[in-house]
Amino acid sequence: MPNLLTSRWAKPVVWGLCLLPPALLAARAARNDLGANPIEFITHATGDWTLRLLLITLAVTPLRRILNLPDLIRFRRLLGLFAFFYACLHFATWIGLDKFFDPAEMWADVVKRRFITAGATAFLLLIPLALTSTAGSIRRLGGRRWQRLHRLIYVSALAGVIHYFWLVKSDMRLPALYAAILCVLLGARAYHRRRRLAAGAKSAPSY
Amino acid sequence: MYSMLIRRAPDVRWSDVTPRRLYLNRRVFLSSAAGTLLGAVALRAEKLSGVPFGRLSTTGEKVTPWQDVTSYNNFYEFGTGKGDPVRLAGKLRTSPWKVSVEGQCAKPRVYDLDSLMKAAPLEQRIYRHRCVEGWSIVVPWIGYSLAAILKAAEPNPKAKYVAFESYYDSGTMLGSGAAGIDFPYREGLRLDEALHPLTLLCFGMYEQTLPKQDGAPVRLVVPWKYGFKSIKSLVKIRFVEKQPPTTWNMANDREYGFYSNVNPEVDHPRWSQAKERRLGEFFKRPTLKFNGYGDQVAALYSGMDLRKYY
Repeated sequence: MPNLLTSRWAKPVVWGLCLLPPALLAARAARNDLGANPIEFITHATGDWTLRLLLITLAVTPLRRILNLPDLIRFRRLLGLFAFFYACLHFATWIGLDKFFDPAEMWADVVKRRFITAGATAFLLLIPLALTSTAGSIRRLGGRRWQRLHRLIYVSALAGVIHYFWLVKSDMRLPALYAAILCVLLGARAYHRRRRLAAGAKSAPSY
Repeated sequence: MYSMLIRRAPDVRWSDVTPRRLYLNRRVFLSSAAGTLLGAVALRAEKLSGVPFGRLSTTGEKVTPWQDVTSYNNFYEFGTGKGDPVRLAGKLRTSPWKVSVEGQCAKPRVYDLDSLMKAAPLEQRIYRHRCVEGWSIVVPWIGYSLAAILKAAEPNPKAKYVAFESYYDSGTMLGSGAAGIDFPYREGLRLDEALHPLTLLCFGMYEQTLPKQDGAPVRLVVPWKYGFKSIKSLVKIRFVEKQPPTTWNMANDREYGFYSNVNPEVDHPRWSQAKERRLGEFFKRPTLKFNGYGDQVAALYSGMDLRKYY
């Protein structure tokens, strides 16, 4: 397994997997097979994959610890950027195919519709993270500050799940599933942090 | 070619615009109605051709392709996804089927489907159909004005509203908890709305009996109201004194009012109702007040604040 993760093929494979959903979507679009409401289909597909990729990105750190596979870190930035890529597609679909580039209508939506407010928040919070995803940014910001900034992904994912909760009409099963996964992923971090602090307190010298 | 522009009651056969495999000759259906085959054709509709266009049929609209109207459905008893009903509604048993007309009336009656279909002459009516979610379709329905059977029941002066109920079978349908709305599905109209000639008791569409995902074997179509008011797979019609509880209103009364007349000026709390996406069209089009049927129905609401009674 560790060999697989560090193999030179690992990243291209993950790239390929991440590009599979939009490729399939494009293939269906080419076959005119997006159903009776293609724009809604595209909106939902890109939104779903944004949330999934965000959750997969957030799963990297807990899985590294649980499975003892530190090399998984190699994929975290890649996955996070794909989450942002999907968010861009989703946002672009809304701007272009739902609002038809009408700024007044978009603004009215952002202000008046709380699920749009939540979605726009989730998207905007991802932008600084995408912009500072390079090794150079980590160096410039310093590891600690960079890490603190990138905790915004917790808020973004939370806003994304709330966005989903607020937009469905009555069937809460899928948003509840995403919310439960997010809770587990954030809970794993809280648990780890508490244990680390407790361990630190025990072993730390008392001044 | 799936659709054509209708200007006046034309001699159009919807079977012409429908893929052949999707409909079945009635005689073939009857002669092959042996056990296993019945199951295989359960989802298919029977032909209901030669029904004349009614005076109240909408003109000047391009009819939505059959394929869209039968694959993109809200029928939460069979799943909350738009594509669920076409896959799962086959489980609905539409025969035998009874519809009870009851409550505050002199002549309550339980109809079987056959007698109900013969209670008044069938006609074709093209109606615009606007979903509360912001999409719309144009459908050539087949049925007659609900008023025919309501009047036959002779409602008494206590009858102020009409309550409707859908078939529900927990064994083959989704549970209320999963769907997030209460079953059996219930709807209601004020008596004058129910008696309005536009309110259609509907048995078919596109020259066929209703496909299951579209509310077989009998449904309501109330074209000036959001689609969820047009209850599917109807089993009970009850005259009542007070405004009856209705499913979506019980689930969320701020978002789904009892009246739910199509109104571009009153937003759904979570989205604007000013525009709609007609299935098959790329750009959105403006939504019409009362879905374009204001000339006929606006008088029903004169003096009412439609922002309050949404």
